Amino acid sequence: MSASATGPAASSASAGASTAATAAPSGEVAVLGVGMHPWGKWGRSFVDYGVKAAREALQDAGVSWRDVQFISGGATMRCGYPGYVAGATFAQALGWQGAEVNTSYAACASGSQALAAARARILSGQAEVALVVGADTTPKGFLAPAKGYRPEDPDWVRFHLGITNPTYFALYARRRMALYGATERDFAQVKVKNAAHGLSNPNARYRKELTVEEVLGSAMVADPLRLLQICATSDGGAAVLISSLDYARRRTRHAVRIAAISTVTPRFASAEVEMPDIATDSAAAVAAHSFRASIAKKAYEEAGIGPRDVSLAEVYDLASSMELDWMEYLGLCGPGEAEHLLRSGATRIGGRIPVNASGGLACFGEAVPAQALAQVCELTWQLRGTAGARQVQDAKVGITANLGLFGHGSSVILKR
Amino acid sequence: MTRPRAAAIEGWYTLDEAAPALIGSRCTACGTYFFPPLQSVFCRNPECAGERFERVPLSRTGRIWSFTDACYQPPEPYVAAQPFVPFAIAAVELDAEKMIVLGQVVSGLGVKDLRVGMQVELVLETLYADAQVDKVVWKWKPAGGVP
Repeated sequence: MSASATGPAASSASAGASTAATAAPSGEVAVLGVGMHPWGKWGRSFVDYGVKAAREALQDAGVSWRDVQFISGGATMRCGYPGYVAGATFAQALGWQGAEVNTSYAACASGSQALAAARARILSGQAEVALVVGADTTPKGFLAPAKGYRPEDPDWVRFHLGITNPTYFALYARRRMALYGATERDFAQVKVKNAAHGLSNPNARYRKELTVEEVLGSAMVADPLRLLQICATSDGGAAVLISSLDYARRRTRHAVRIAAISTVTPRFASAEVEMPDIATDSAAAVAAHSFRASIAKKAYEEAGIGPRDVSLAEVYDLASSMELDWMEYLGLCGPGEAEHLLRSGATRIGGRIPVNASGGLACFGEAVPAQALAQVCELTWQLRGTAGARQVQDAKVGITANLGLFGHGSSVILKR
Repeated sequence: MTRPRAAAIEGWYTLDEAAPALIGSRCTACGTYFFPPLQSVFCRNPECAGERFERVPLSRTGRIWSFTDACYQPPEPYVAAQPFVPFAIAAVELDAEKMIVLGQVVSGLGVKDLRVGMQVELVLETLYADAQVDKVVWKWKPAGGVP
């Protein structure tokens, strides 16, 4: 099947990509360089993390910042005005050089949307080389909304009722226990696996081997999920330098390519209980749809491949139990089969389909506008064969999955 | 002496002591329900051009889709008692409306008392108390008592 940039789901694809099919029939762009600032709690401005990651990506690509024609930033909502205009903030910090600029905000999918905006420029022929940067400095503890009495904001309402992010994660975890016989040990085993994966990752915040007993011995947060199974919030930065395939060919013969970026919205009636909503859509008049499965479906269609072609996946383990859900939404196994795959060792590095070889959010904690780009960085290293001790052998195709508030999510497919 | 009661979130549920109910919007064109009640006048079903809604009480009973305990004190705007008392939360499927609605479970119950598929009914209970009034909210209560 011939994949185009817009694909069969054109109506839900991001604006700006509509001319892509004529400009570059393959719909692909090259990843020339990637870079990250290590995740942690560093107490510095998000701008520094972003610039460090950007400089590393430029160096990795061997491209001068002066030659970048488009800079695209993932916005952060917790760092004041510079965060709202992150694209320009990074451009100024790197040194104004006249590039065109964009900032994207899509909650946890902000990095992917910033990437999609850059890809659209390249596929439409308006730019040859673009830099995408996301970085964040985060507060401690639960992410919480602004105060006052604001019932028109669903995020305010759910916190007023005591419904935090871990509540949503736990509802899905309990559902797996009831439907598929998942156990607390399974959820702990995901964390143990990811902790082992992240041990050698220099960008990971948590690099400590864990046992199932240690995970199950940590404090209960939202039953059945414990402190060590729920991802923290972190500081961090990630950057990706992309170009047209022509531009890449002039520099290297082996650039990893982006074959798909999906940033679809849900379809009414959305059947899933999603943050920050207090209720799902009603399916009384029209049939219910699974938003999460539709994110990956569009990515596969755009890339012209299927789950069987995937060598490894980086998925959003906001809680360890969610990794199991994502394995199924990505079609790596059928509904209710993820626990079996986990127990068989298939999702470990060295297994048939490694999941979160980077260590995942379990080892990073979430730096919202950087996280989707960090997934792309990891897949790039894996597909290049330069991931060191956590290398997945002969990795050819990688897929990411990510999910954010207010109907956002993304999936990116890379191939070598 | 009973203290006066008021809704913690105004306009989302009736304060009928015997049979309280969530208040939803129902599109008069396509029949889709919305909760919380729509502030907009435009139907969110993409196939529907409806612009007229009626306020309707939603089903007072449903089945538990999933549930959890909140073991850590949530941040503001949650108003926590001191010391914090853990509570349970349930996501409940309403049959007629074909939707899932989240809410706290009545106080005193936890995950050990709940099951996926369990029938629950909607009641009013205090969310928090200020100096003058008890602020009440909808909560889910096992319909057949606790097993």
